Amino acid sequence: MANKLIVSLSPHVHSGDSVQKNMYGVIIALIPALLVSLFVFGLGAAIVTITSIAACVLFEWAITKYILNREKCTITDGSAILTGLLLAFNLPSNLPLWIIIIGALVAIGVGKMTFGGLGCNPFNPALVGRIFLLISFPVQMTTWPTPGQLTSYTDAETMATPLSIMSRAIKDGNAEILNELPDSLSLFLGQSAGSLGEVSALALLLGFAWLLYKRIITWHIPVSILVTVFVLSGLMHWTNPAFASPEYHLLTGGLMLGAIFMATDYVTSPMSHTGQLVYGISIGVLTVIIRAFGAYPEGMSFAIFIMNAFVPLINNYFKPKRFGEVAK
Amino acid sequence: MNLILVAVIALGAIGLIAAVVLYLASKKFAVFEDPRIAQVAEVLPQANCGGCGYPGCSGFAGACVKAADAGSLEGKLCPVGGAPVMEKVAAILGLEAVASEPKLAVVRCNGSCENRPRIVQYDGAISCRVAHATSGGETLCSFGCLGCGDCVKACKFDAIKMNPETGLPEVDAEKCTACGACAKACPRGIIEIRPKGRVVKGEARRVWVGCVNKDKGAIAAKACAVSCIGCGKCQKVCKKEAITIENNLAYIDPAKCIACGLCFNECPKHAIHASFAVPVPRPKVVKPAEEPAAPKAAAKPVAAASEGVSAEPVQKSASKEVPAAEKQQQQ
Amino acid sequence: MKTFRIGGVHPAENKLSAGKPIVTAELPKVAVFPLSQHIGAPAVACVAKGDEVKVGTKIADAGGFVSAPIFSSVSGKVAKIDTVIDASGYRKPAIFINVVGDEWEESIDRSDTLVKECDLEPKAIVEKIKNAGVVGMGGACFPTHVKLTPPPTAKPECVIVNAVECEPYLTADHQLMLEHPDEILVGVTLVMKAVNVNKGYIGIENNKPDAIKLMTEKAAQYPNIEVVPLKVKYPQGGEKQLIDAVIGRQVPAPPALPVSVGAILQNVGTMYAIYQAVQKNKPLFERVVTVTGKSLANPTNFMARMGTPMSQLIDACGGLPEDTGKVIGGGPMMGKALMNTEVPICKGSSGVLIMNQKESKRAEIDPCIRCAKCVSVCPMGLEPYLLATCSSLADWERDEKEDITSCIECGSCQFTCPSHRPLLDMIRLGKSTVMGIIRARNAKK
Repeated sequence: MANKLIVSLSPHVHSGDSVQKNMYGVIIALIPALLVSLFVFGLGAAIVTITSIAACVLFEWAITKYILNREKCTITDGSAILTGLLLAFNLPSNLPLWIIIIGALVAIGVGKMTFGGLGCNPFNPALVGRIFLLISFPVQMTTWPTPGQLTSYTDAETMATPLSIMSRAIKDGNAEILNELPDSLSLFLGQSAGSLGEVSALALLLGFAWLLYKRIITWHIPVSILVTVFVLSGLMHWTNPAFASPEYHLLTGGLMLGAIFMATDYVTSPMSHTGQLVYGISIGVLTVIIRAFGAYPEGMSFAIFIMNAFVPLINNYFKPKRFGEVAK
Repeated sequence: MNLILVAVIALGAIGLIAAVVLYLASKKFAVFEDPRIAQVAEVLPQANCGGCGYPGCSGFAGACVKAADAGSLEGKLCPVGGAPVMEKVAAILGLEAVASEPKLAVVRCNGSCENRPRIVQYDGAISCRVAHATSGGETLCSFGCLGCGDCVKACKFDAIKMNPETGLPEVDAEKCTACGACAKACPRGIIEIRPKGRVVKGEARRVWVGCVNKDKGAIAAKACAVSCIGCGKCQKVCKKEAITIENNLAYIDPAKCIACGLCFNECPKHAIHASFAVPVPRPKVVKPAEEPAAPKAAAKPVAAASEGVSAEPVQKSASKEVPAAEKQQQQ
Repeated sequence: MKTFRIGGVHPAENKLSAGKPIVTAELPKVAVFPLSQHIGAPAVACVAKGDEVKVGTKIADAGGFVSAPIFSSVSGKVAKIDTVIDASGYRKPAIFINVVGDEWEESIDRSDTLVKECDLEPKAIVEKIKNAGVVGMGGACFPTHVKLTPPPTAKPECVIVNAVECEPYLTADHQLMLEHPDEILVGVTLVMKAVNVNKGYIGIENNKPDAIKLMTEKAAQYPNIEVVPLKVKYPQGGEKQLIDAVIGRQVPAPPALPVSVGAILQNVGTMYAIYQAVQKNKPLFERVVTVTGKSLANPTNFMARMGTPMSQLIDACGGLPEDTGKVIGGGPMMGKALMNTEVPICKGSSGVLIMNQKESKRAEIDPCIRCAKCVSVCPMGLEPYLLATCSSLADWERDEKEDITSCIECGSCQFTCPSHRPLLDMIRLGKSTVMGIIRARNAKK
């Protein structure tokens, strides 16, 4: 026989799943939201997305090659593209190029590669980038272009987001300000101001359906976040009408984007289903608290960021149910 | 002013109370430890390698003190520090150090890619212990080195390295402290901690069997060109009765071996290794001794091969050891 | 439809030899019988070089209670007692017999008539099974008489027959059910009598509708035997998973046994062997073996004598293909990759699987992305990623704390890992080390 026999321990077959398949699966799931953002923000959205992805991939390549001196480059696994895409989805479409590039550098350089690259980062890299930008460039990061200006970029006219309206209503204790909010159907379809990826809840839900169908993620984290936010904000709206109704909370800001795509990031979410539920509920509670009482109108990214830090602890305390431990 | 005074008095009082409580607690809950243990631990290398057989250096220090109370330090050796450290320990404990030989790790397998043909390919996790559990290994020899480098990972002194050409680990005699971590890590017990040997002309002389194959001669010979086949020729030639043969495998007792090199020259399979250049006996002596050995060595093709190049490999393997010996001389 | 509750995967079934009739394999020229074909103490040879043996002659005695005797499957002369590389990849002692003719021991009933009645006492049945060398034929080879002698504190309530055959490719049990349903059912009644229970279940996955139909029809003629169709999911054939699937009870962590929840589990092949041993006086010396593989010309189910070299069966299927990468004894999920094809068929050889070079090579290992897929597929509710990491860091205490000893080594985690990490390799290493530590600790006590 020409070939040597191969010996190894079982199993001798594999499901054929791979890191690439999962990463590109998530990217495909983000395409509906990307199309909506192109439709709503036009040129600006295209520039921000392309710059962000290109910068992330470039930084990952440069860092692996010249700083870590690794032979194997990991840019083909799709994780850098995904980080770039998610980062772009968290930015307003009129953000200047240089800020985007700084964001990408922080996301990949600080958020991911300092910890050793894929699989080692404690925080979601795209979130690290976004939060860095939000704190460093608060003005640029919170002026949102009015939808429908398809050919303008940094020169676009801006307007308030539904979330800042909601935040103002709570601070003034005046429920009438809420009347400025667009109706929930237009929020659902994506007709309001905001970051690239968060404008259309419908497109994001389509992506969620795809992820579930491909078994890339399980329902636990997104559903627990959405349900918690809905219930908690419902209670608050009931006690104080200055607090917007729960459907607004679900449809506005980065809640959908965060719940479906950011919080479910493999590397930075808990391993067991019970742990995932605890994580999701905590994110939901934190989000509502920050939105209601915090300095920033948006709480999703901070909530996920804080809970990322708790993931090792959650993993330690919330174990999957062992076989045979069922009470008889 | 009053405020400052109150603060000073209050803080002072708290401090005083805490001090008293701490003082009482330290008296009440004091654990007596023999001060000599700390003294001994201080002179130890603090590598915490466990080579002495105790959990870390402080464990060894405790054991030394206990042994000293019993009267003797016999059997206690810090392999890393060696004799100088043990002398210091003995001095602290008011005893005489028991002289012990310097040792080092010896790899008892020479099944390089050339000597031991690979018949299957291992495709699992890179770990000797996993490979050991998977199958007999990539070759027909189910006793020899698996080449995944568990010993290299175990060494804390960077003294053992994989040679990519032979696929076998090599020990750096200068760096090796004989802590035994590699010997423990090897799932097949190939690595042995042996005395460095008698020093002659500045080089330590030792002779060992570089094989651990316990299969019958025919099977062992088929698996590897340099396997010990248990033919017993070395045992016959040894004048000090240092060689025993058990389970088709020769073993040289380092306590009895005088490193004369007779067995090295006698072995038909070149399975015996020496750390020094063994003087090659005059061809007249070698040839008759070598030729009748060939038919006895069970597997014909391999025996024939070793016969064909009989004189050459002796020199070759001996000269291979020369650089190491030279290194030691320089040292 | 019933199935087990935690985890599980769906490997491609690839039952290439399904529905192919069982072919009687030719007699080998030399039959080789390794002395340890079962879990427990190796058997002790009771023949010497030069002895004449017949088909069914005992050639090795049981080496203890947890052990089983070995019988010759051929007639001829004992050539030597030497070593052979068995499925483990190591040389093990074995008896070599040169085959001459095919002469059977006279005590064996070679007729095909079905013997339903059995008036033996339960103890006598177990004794007969023990003396026929019957072991679990699913692959683990646990001596059957030990399973049928539950500890006095345990109370068996039912017998569960494992006819799941959840391993991809293998069809030996399936075909056996189609061709010998009555013998199997009589075997079930015998076991029920032996352990004094009056309920028997036969668990069959619903990818074998013909077997479910046939067995249900036939089982109606026997009292208290029920066929349970199960949803297809790997590793349903694991004993704990099957008990969970069939009667909805979970066996607690070791040292609990299946009988702790009242179940006695036996493979369907074992049932056939029990029937042969008790009703026909035929000791265990042949079994059904599936020889299969995508590159193999003609995958077949054989009735092969023990000791037949696998190469002979492979040749009968059209020969070993040119680009063979792996020859696996057993199925692809839990089988062992063999070092050569001369390994003899043993009591536990349920199949021989040939994989080509491309299928055999493992993909390159990527870093763990903590996707938690291994956690969600683990049928024991363990965290494979954590166990593997602790094993590679030699943190055995943590391994033990995380219940590594509960691992059934089904391979679902490694099968599903998108990063192709050798999870099970490392878990096996950790498990065996931890077991050793526990044994040493218990020995000290």
